[in-house]
Amino acid sequence: MALLTIQNLSLGYDSHAIVENLNFSVNTGDYLCIVGENGSGKTTLMKTLLHLQEPVSGQILIGDRLKKNEIGYLPQQTIVQKDFPASVREIVLSGCQGRCGLRPFYNKNEKQLAEDNMERMGISALRNRCYRELSGGQQQRVLLARALCATRKVLLLDEPVSGLDPKATAEMYSLIADLNHEGITIIMISHDIAAAVRYASHILHIGTTVFYGTRDEYMESDAGKFFLMQQKGGEA
Amino acid sequence: MLDKLALYLEYPFVRYALIVGVLIALCSSLLGVTLVLKRFSFIGDGLSHVAFGAMSIAAVLNLTNDMMLVLPITIISAILLLRTGQNAKIKGDAAIAMISVGALAFGYLIMNIFSTSSNLSGDVCSTLFGSTSILTLTQKEVWLCTVLSIAVVIIFFLFYNKIFAVTFDENFSKATGTNANAYNLLIAIVIAVIIVLAMNLVGSLLISALVIFPALSAMRLFRNFRAVTICSAVLSVICAFLGIIISILAGTPVGSTIVAVDVAAFAVCYIAGMIMGGVRK
Repeated sequence: MALLTIQNLSLGYDSHAIVENLNFSVNTGDYLCIVGENGSGKTTLMKTLLHLQEPVSGQILIGDRLKKNEIGYLPQQTIVQKDFPASVREIVLSGCQGRCGLRPFYNKNEKQLAEDNMERMGISALRNRCYRELSGGQQQRVLLARALCATRKVLLLDEPVSGLDPKATAEMYSLIADLNHEGITIIMISHDIAAAVRYASHILHIGTTVFYGTRDEYMESDAGKFFLMQQKGGEA
Repeated sequence: MLDKLALYLEYPFVRYALIVGVLIALCSSLLGVTLVLKRFSFIGDGLSHVAFGAMSIAAVLNLTNDMMLVLPITIISAILLLRTGQNAKIKGDAAIAMISVGALAFGYLIMNIFSTSSNLSGDVCSTLFGSTSILTLTQKEVWLCTVLSIAVVIIFFLFYNKIFAVTFDENFSKATGTNANAYNLLIAIVIAVIIVLAMNLVGSLLISALVIFPALSAMRLFRNFRAVTICSAVLSVICAFLGIIISILAGTPVGSTIVAVDVAAFAVCYIAGMIMGGVRK
């Protein structure tokens, strides 16, 4: 059975559906990119996948012995975080909170896990620095390390490169690709179609037309051709 | 001057005031950091006006123990304000302003229409500014306040990591299996209890100062959550202690003196923060 199977899913707010009848599945090791215009419901889809909001109808089936809270999440930054006085280590460690249950403090394993993930993201040297004083790229690495503390299997990324400069963007994409090679399933929302077709194994396009398939199928499809052309035109 | 102080400390009501003042300052500063970061700086003001409204209802109903009415109403308001968190339809600041102004107006209205007291403006003034009530505490009230304060400190200590996670990123916590709603509820209840306690000390209008000044001062000086929390607790206790001592010696109102000391401490921290920041760069 697939890791996530989405059946006849309709999403939206207050029972008003934005997207209707989505069907797709995500298998272990996939790199799925969700693309679409602004307001097409990408973030709503992600929130529904994370059980932060209820679907209007349809269901999300979880397989491969994945527990509901084993999904790591890289959200878009909130205003609260911009001036939050917290050290890098405190934030990364807070990713282990889901494992704690009612236990008030972190144990040795969790502290080690946080250290390992800081090492993995190359931010060990920043461990005592204040989060709000870091660059945008460094902040994203901190949040990615925190997400890795919460999961070993699936990562959901909400526009991980928005606001980053080209160099930091390239580094972020290669970090994510490395994690995918290590066997972590990636589900990513992106505006950047060029990067999506370069890195992803599967593409879900939502909006006026809905498409789901592998990258190669997307390149051949009408929706894909149109969208790619449009973006190239926009950049030229 | 020390003789005068020693003389005053002979009186039990002065010792009670010191104990209660320091405990309330400690409790309010612990959650202050979370509230300031969640953009709920004015919740102290809002909830204390709710408590004021509830007190005027209790006064009109001639309840002997108004805590029975004030505490539940304040807790419910705190839950309504904080429960919705990041996803509210009416955002934090507007919701607080609505509740605060509404409750104040209703409280005054009810007191005005039904009041049995001859000194109405005096009653209102003492409820809002706390005037002398901290100097008229009974032993029973001191015990109640001590027990509740210890409970608040223990809860905060045990849930420190969870409060951090939920404050920093509510959606992430929810998505990864932390029961964020339950912890928001807990925070709301604790805050309501602290505010009802603090009304005895500084009165409705000055509670916000106790909640936000130590937190903001500490945030000038430190760059991680644990240090900020500890620093704000220590600062708050020192300021409350100094404020009460000064008010006894100089004969000034207790509440406003404590807040004045808090403001002075903020100014010192602000300048110190600028100097330290300059050195670091």
